[in-house]
Amino acid sequence: MPSRQRTSPEGAPPRRRLISALAAVVFLALLAAPLVIRHLASASDAGNVALSGSVALERYGFVFEEVSRPAGIRFRHEPPDLDAKLEPIMPLVAAYGAAVSVVDVDRDGWQDLYATTSAIGGHNALYRNLGDGTFKDVAGRLGLADVNREATGVSIGAVWGDYDNDGYEDVFVYKWGRPELFRNDRGRGFTRVSERLGLPAWINANTAVWFDFDADGWLDLFVGCFYPADVDLWNLPHTRIMPESFEYAQDGGRNYLLRNRGDGSFEEIGEAAGLRATRWTLAAAAADVDRDGDPDLFVANDYGINELYLNEGDGRFREIGRAAGVARSPKSGMNASFGDVFNRGEWALYVSNISEPGVLIHGNDLWVPTHAAGAEPGYQNVAGALGVELAGFAFGAQFGDLNNDGWLDLFVTNGYVSGETRDSYWYDYSLVAGGHRNIIADAGNWPALRGRSLSGYQEDRVWLNDGAGRFRNVTRAVGAANTYDGRAVAFVDLWNRGVLDAVVANQRGPLLVYRTAATREHGWIELALEGTRSNRSAIGAEIHLYATGQQQLRQIEGGNGFAAQNQRRAHFGLGTTTALDSVVVRWPSGTVQTITAPAVNMLHTIREPE
Amino acid sequence: MTFDRRLAAPLLITLILIGAHWSFGMLRGYEAIALAIVSTVVTEFVLRRVLTGQPPQLASAYISGISITILVRSPLLWPYALGGVISVMSKYVLRTRRGHLWNPSNFGICALLFLAPYAVAPLSVQWGNNLWPMLVIWAVGLFTIWRARRAHITIAYVLSFFLFALVRSLITGSSYAAEVAPITGPMYQLFALFMITDPKTTVSSTWGAVAVAILVALVETLFRLAEVIYAPFYALFLVGPSALLAEIWWTSVAKRRHPEAPAAAALVGNGGTAAEPLR
Repeated sequence: MPSRQRTSPEGAPPRRRLISALAAVVFLALLAAPLVIRHLASASDAGNVALSGSVALERYGFVFEEVSRPAGIRFRHEPPDLDAKLEPIMPLVAAYGAAVSVVDVDRDGWQDLYATTSAIGGHNALYRNLGDGTFKDVAGRLGLADVNREATGVSIGAVWGDYDNDGYEDVFVYKWGRPELFRNDRGRGFTRVSERLGLPAWINANTAVWFDFDADGWLDLFVGCFYPADVDLWNLPHTRIMPESFEYAQDGGRNYLLRNRGDGSFEEIGEAAGLRATRWTLAAAAADVDRDGDPDLFVANDYGINELYLNEGDGRFREIGRAAGVARSPKSGMNASFGDVFNRGEWALYVSNISEPGVLIHGNDLWVPTHAAGAEPGYQNVAGALGVELAGFAFGAQFGDLNNDGWLDLFVTNGYVSGETRDSYWYDYSLVAGGHRNIIADAGNWPALRGRSLSGYQEDRVWLNDGAGRFRNVTRAVGAANTYDGRAVAFVDLWNRGVLDAVVANQRGPLLVYRTAATREHGWIELALEGTRSNRSAIGAEIHLYATGQQQLRQIEGGNGFAAQNQRRAHFGLGTTTALDSVVVRWPSGTVQTITAPAVNMLHTIREPE
Repeated sequence: MTFDRRLAAPLLITLILIGAHWSFGMLRGYEAIALAIVSTVVTEFVLRRVLTGQPPQLASAYISGISITILVRSPLLWPYALGGVISVMSKYVLRTRRGHLWNPSNFGICALLFLAPYAVAPLSVQWGNNLWPMLVIWAVGLFTIWRARRAHITIAYVLSFFLFALVRSLITGSSYAAEVAPITGPMYQLFALFMITDPKTTVSSTWGAVAVAILVALVETLFRLAEVIYAPFYALFLVGPSALLAEIWWTSVAKRRHPEAPAAAALVGNGGTAAEPLR
């Protein structure tokens, strides 16, 4: 049907030409939209500029000071030197092993730090807190230093828990090599009891979590592995050791679940309990996500989907990651941290992934529950909406109330490989990443790194929770803008001041200790728990704090984040609240204990009722 | 009742989309799929009506939406909407009298990658690890474009890619397997089967189209030597319209010289291939 419009001499209706011109303008505006969005995003990121300490303290309520050297901590992680066949891409493979975990090893009331290194012959360090602001490495004296040997592999991380309920926390050192369990002999030394674990002689573990899954009062242990157990990275018969896929790999190591028999020995029941996946596990954390009274388990996997295991209460776990929504899209899971970010008395979950502009933008996940107590878990990712999605090549993360305002803030470490140059390896990485498994899986096919970086020199991130549904990047303002290749971060009140200090372990870099100065306008309370019917470390205990209509939730962790473990004490910031209604402790045994109106600005020691 | 062959590609790509997401969860999510498709379809509907008064090419817009969904990866939602709208708008804004110049999906994806790298990345991973899905997609895809008489373009491109991969390997020192690796992934399957075969991105004659495909592979190699990750998209972005403009110029010159000769094959704007390409 012919157009009824009047046409111009050129043949096109004038109205249509006008609309065409208008469309062109709109088109140009749309092309400019990404630039505008970027500008607006950077404007809202204005808090991420360096400030003087006093200004940052006034503006954000806290500021960090890096004090490792004056504190006497001069620890540097060294990577493993693996089989020469991997030499062209050695930094990509030898990219793990910087870990930090917190323990009060001798029960003197001061929190100590255990840091791992990964070079053959390198010594792990146990920095005993002397209580005067300084630390002393006592790992050699106590027998925890010399664990990185050619015959037994190297450390990747460590988690502490009182597995024998003698009051002193023991340590499990997970390795690419022989896993080690050391029993704490009343703070005076450690005895190696690794043979009682029931684990294979050699595994390539990247994470471990203490938790009492069967609520029998004895701590059990989950161990997550990266490479299969038959891979000895120092003696490779071939170079086919890389994952079969970057998003769907299932040829990693199997994971283990060690049930504590209560007699000092463990029974490996992983497969029988339902842990049958062989993905490339990097991190794990436990929490009672369905609020049925027993701890469930989240497993973060590189090169694929994550796993969420519901504790069925009968010694078995049921994997529900896909159904719950946390495992529908494969990413590069590298962290698992639980926290009650909205103060609703339920666990949100932060999982870090890779975000490299223009190359690979997984985005980190902040999964918030959408289910009611006791219902089948479901989650929604709100990382983008809250502003904690894009960090970098992200590894360890922790929730903690850094300014004591009553809301959990977030610290995320970043950076994979900072090479000799800042030239990027990403192009070469993308070559093989898109290829078939026969190409990817063989390290011999990978282009040589040649000193280049892969998401190197990235700053860590500190996001401040404003309590109104947004997190604000304050990294530079509060003094946390280091560009080492961050791996683990742990929160701990190192100087017993009622504030959370941060300790960051960097791959091929120093252990950084950030002493926190927090505003005095905000109150706090800390709780040190000791189980009696429950495991003595009280790992898995949930603490609900109630004050003037608000509630907060913490738990005692047996390892979380990435290659990290926070202090066992629960720390709450209280904002301007000066009086509490109550604190309710739900012990792993099921016992519920209520402390009415506990005093604020002090540490409380709470013992489980017999 | 006969099967409308123009529906072959939309159906095939839809099946790939559903299969890929159901099996591997490889897409951003259903909301991204819906957003991209709604964006392209609505834009097509409005612009086609307003600017030409003709019925909208909804199948084409639908394919553009799916293409954006498959080939773009972003944790954010807005790139899917913006990419969809830009893709379709490019058809109506960037055109000659004989039709548009860019493959809409290629334009939209390049615009996003160039202007919003902080939010967008290209599809760069596999569809699972098995050989069979890859072979099935190649087989069905090749059959589809063979029926559409466009297989020569894909074959020329793939052979050129393998040849230039060897050249790159010799120049860079990387293994040949690494240089060949990208073409074993899904991004290249979609690119080689459905994007470069778009009549809008190449010339009309068979050998001319073969030459353009080889030229795309050559320019891609130059981008790759410069370590540009989006090399195939950018190569097609440059070569496709250039080839079309060259053909238009050449045709007009020939027509001026030989006004009595029949017009060159009216490829531009014909859209009349048996299978719709990625748009």
